[in-house]
Amino acid sequence: MDWLNLLVFPAIRALILIFVLLTGFAYLTWFERKLLARFQVRYGPNRAGKFGLLQPAADAVKAFFKEEIIPNHVDKPVYLLAPALALVPALIIWAVIPIAKGTPAIADVNIGFLWILAVAGIESYGIILAGWSSNNNYSLLGALRSSAQMVSYELPLGLFLVSILILAGSFSLVDLVENYRPWWEWIWLWLAFPFFFICILAETNRSPFDLPETENELVAGFQTEYGGMKFALFFIAEYVNMISTSAIMATLFFGGWKGPFAEQYIWLGPIYLLIKVVALLFLFVWVRASIGRPRYDQLMKFCWQFMLPLSLAYVSVSAVLAVFLK
Amino acid sequence: MSWSLLFFLLVGAVSLAAALGVVTSRQPVHSALFLLTNFATLAVLYITLDAQFLAAAQVIVYAGGIVILILFVIMLIGGDTNDFSAAQRAWSRTVGIALGVILLLTVSYSALSRMMGPTEETAALLQGGTPKAVGTALFTKYVLPFELIALLLLVALIGALVLGRQQEGAGEGIASLKANE
Repeated sequence: MDWLNLLVFPAIRALILIFVLLTGFAYLTWFERKLLARFQVRYGPNRAGKFGLLQPAADAVKAFFKEEIIPNHVDKPVYLLAPALALVPALIIWAVIPIAKGTPAIADVNIGFLWILAVAGIESYGIILAGWSSNNNYSLLGALRSSAQMVSYELPLGLFLVSILILAGSFSLVDLVENYRPWWEWIWLWLAFPFFFICILAETNRSPFDLPETENELVAGFQTEYGGMKFALFFIAEYVNMISTSAIMATLFFGGWKGPFAEQYIWLGPIYLLIKVVALLFLFVWVRASIGRPRYDQLMKFCWQFMLPLSLAYVSVSAVLAVFLK
Repeated sequence: MSWSLLFFLLVGAVSLAAALGVVTSRQPVHSALFLLTNFATLAVLYITLDAQFLAAAQVIVYAGGIVILILFVIMLIGGDTNDFSAAQRAWSRTVGIALGVILLLTVSYSALSRMMGPTEETAALLQGGTPKAVGTALFTKYVLPFELIALLLLVALIGALVLGRQQEGAGEGIASLKANE
């Protein structure tokens, strides 16, 4: 059955993936609040259910039943479109990530890397449009900051991706994980990981680079005029983005689904991937709890004067390594 | 009617509607969004033609870069709906029509020459849309145009640098004010 393979199975896989990601989002908020509380010697949420495990469900019900307010001064179609545009890229970037031996989440295309670059490129639309359509100076400032920040950090991010691509020699992420890599390539990759992670922090607008929504100078930045479920969509987008980028980093730098016996027992693949993703999410929260926010000009200066030259040098050296050692 | 033809018609209709939206909407940001829709549908059409690399490049360059910059500029200079000062200049209509005619001629020329000349060559080059095929063609057969475009971009970069650089002494006023405080 051709249409079964072309339409029905991918659709079912996509639905399962969305369900898993949204559940993951709900428990990531719990995970983050609990961890932040631990870092600050508090208890964190502990009233709803055992260890506060029902807290995400309570939050979801609260968001659903909030009054939907659309301010009069907004540009309505764009205002309503923006939250959806923020969430969709965070979900669809998963399509090419391999979750087990020979199994990508949705499709193994020969442009896996480019898919990631393309989706990373359209990620900023939700925030820019939200800021503009809100017709509010704080929102607009947040949106301008975010677009400048995301466009700038996309450059070193893309260059690091290109370096990994040069060394891997294949555009497919499925091949990237399955192909053998020599030890020096792993070490060279891990050298880049901290810088790649910094770019990811800026791309996902996560603390310490959450300048588009700094509450002490911009109220809530681009999401000032949003409430209820529409605000929740931005919130979901940010957290799903954290999960997606963690999965990408796990795939690029830490072997994705690979682990002991994962080749023989295929069901172990997703579990190893999950463990790596949770470890990286811990890193996100750890950074948020430990490091203060830089000033905006410092953030941009750091990108253009440090990250960009560094990533250019990294690409050059990677190309030389790929030619002489592979 | 085959499924692929139906799909093509559907996507093509969305693409055309978006293109009409670009020129008819009065709000610059809406125009930019219609342009984005148009680029996205073009990328979908590239995928149906097996040119996956072109589709990805289309999204990365146009959707991820150029439309974002357009939006950025509109927001910075404040795209008011009733601000048609550029359109009210006496010569802008003439220049607009002339540029439109040139565009029409170029497009129809390339379309006509395509119809007469062989297209298999480029089709074979982009077969499967693999980045490898595109890259090889770009750096062997089309290396001269490629380098020329690189030069053009370099010139544009230097031009932006010259325009964006602070004028001699412009920053000194603020510096001297700060020194006096």
